[in-house]
Amino acid sequence: MENLLNLFIKAIFVENAVFAFFLGMCSFLAVSKKLKTAFGLGLAVVFVMVLTTPLNYVILNYMLAEGALAWIHPSLATVDLTFLSFILFISTIAGAVQLVEMVVEKFAPALYSALGIFLPLITVNCSILGASLFMQEREYNMSETFVFSLGTGIGFFLAIVLLAAIRERLQYSKVPPALQGLGIAMIVTGLMAIAFLSFSGIKL
Amino acid sequence: MAEVAEKVKKEPLFSKKNLQVIKDPFDDNNPVTVQVLGICSALAVTVQLKPALIMSLGVIFVSAFSNLIVSGLRKSIPTRVRIIVQLIVVATLVTIVDQVLKAYMFDISKKLSVFVGLIITNCIIMGRLEAFALGQKPWPAFLDGIGNGIGYGIILVAVAFFRELLGSGSLFGMKVIPQWAYDHGYVNNGLMVLPPAALFLIGIYIWVQRSRNPKLVNVS
Repeated sequence: MENLLNLFIKAIFVENAVFAFFLGMCSFLAVSKKLKTAFGLGLAVVFVMVLTTPLNYVILNYMLAEGALAWIHPSLATVDLTFLSFILFISTIAGAVQLVEMVVEKFAPALYSALGIFLPLITVNCSILGASLFMQEREYNMSETFVFSLGTGIGFFLAIVLLAAIRERLQYSKVPPALQGLGIAMIVTGLMAIAFLSFSGIKL
Repeated sequence: MAEVAEKVKKEPLFSKKNLQVIKDPFDDNNPVTVQVLGICSALAVTVQLKPALIMSLGVIFVSAFSNLIVSGLRKSIPTRVRIIVQLIVVATLVTIVDQVLKAYMFDISKKLSVFVGLIITNCIIMGRLEAFALGQKPWPAFLDGIGNGIGYGIILVAVAFFRELLGSGSLFGMKVIPQWAYDHGYVNNGLMVLPPAALFLIGIYIWVQRSRNPKLVNVS
C-alpha cells in the first residue's frame, strides 16, 4: 500500500511526464493558450490514460509476453510476441479513443462539446503511449499499472493547467517580438521544470 | 510507356520544386521550431550527441517511408479510418527500427529506452502524413519525409552538441575540454544534463532563428 502511494506521488511530482520526460509536449504547448481548454484536455488525458494503460497491461501479459499464450495450447508456451507490442498498444489506444468519443457523444453531449475536439488528438499524445511503454519497461504489476497511469495523467493535467495560467498572464508582459509565443513558452516550461526538480529531493 | 517517360522528363527527380520540398524544413519551415511538431522526443534524447544522432536517423527513416507508403495508399484509404491506418503503418516501421537497434546497438537502444517507441506518436510523422502525404504523389512525399526528418535531426544535434559540450565537456563521448581548464577552476555546467536545459536551448534557438527571420514571428 505504501509502495503504491509512493509510486503515485512519484508519477505526479518527481517524475512528472511533462517536465522530466517531455511526454505530451506537443499538445502541452499547442493547447495551453487558454485555461479553460487546457482544463478540458487535461481531464480527457487522465480519463484515456487510466482506461488504456491497464488495458495494454492485460494485452501485454496475457497475449504478448513469453509463455502468455500457453492457456490456448501447451505448444505455444515458448512463443514470444513482445515485438508486436508497439502495434498493439497504439491500436488499443486509437480504438479506445474512438470508443470513448462515441460513448461520450451519446451519453454526455455537454461533456462532448467541451472535450470534443481534443479527444481525437489524444491518440497521438505521447504521454499515453509513453505510460504504456514505461509500464512494459519497468515491469509493473496490475495495481501498480493502475496507480502509475492515474498519477501520470494527473501530472499531465497539473502541468498543462499551470502553464495555461502562466501564459494567460504573460499576455500582459512585454516579451521581445522574436521570443513571443513558442519561444517564451519553452523558456517558461524550462523554469517550471526547474521548480519541479526540487521535488526530486523528496525521499519516498 | 512513352507517356510515363514524357512525364518523367517534364519533372526530373530533383526538379526545383522537389528540392524546395526537401530544403524548406531545414530552416524556414522547420518541423520543431516553426511547425511546433515532435517536441516530445526532441528534448529527451539530447543529453549526448550519439543517441541524438541515432534517434534522428530513426526518425528520418520512419518519416520518409511512412510518407511514401501512405502516399501510395492514399486513394484506397477511407477517410474515416485513416488515422488508424496511418498509425499501423508508422508502428510497423518503428518496430523495424526498434528491432534493428536492439540487435546491433543494444547500448544505444537502452539509452533511448521508450523514446524509440514514441516515434509512433511523434507529431512530425502524423503531421506530415496528414498535411502532405495524403494529397501528394509518392516521390515528393518521400522527399518531404526526408526533409522533415533532417530538419528534426538538425535541432536534435544542435541541442545535443551544446548539452554534451557544456554539461559533460565532451563530444561523442570524447573529452574536448582540456584537463588544464579543469585545473584552473573550470566546472561542467550541471544544469545542462538536466531536462530543463533542453527547453532553454530550444527557446534560445527559436529566439535566434526568429530574430534573423522576422517573417516567422507569430506564426504560432
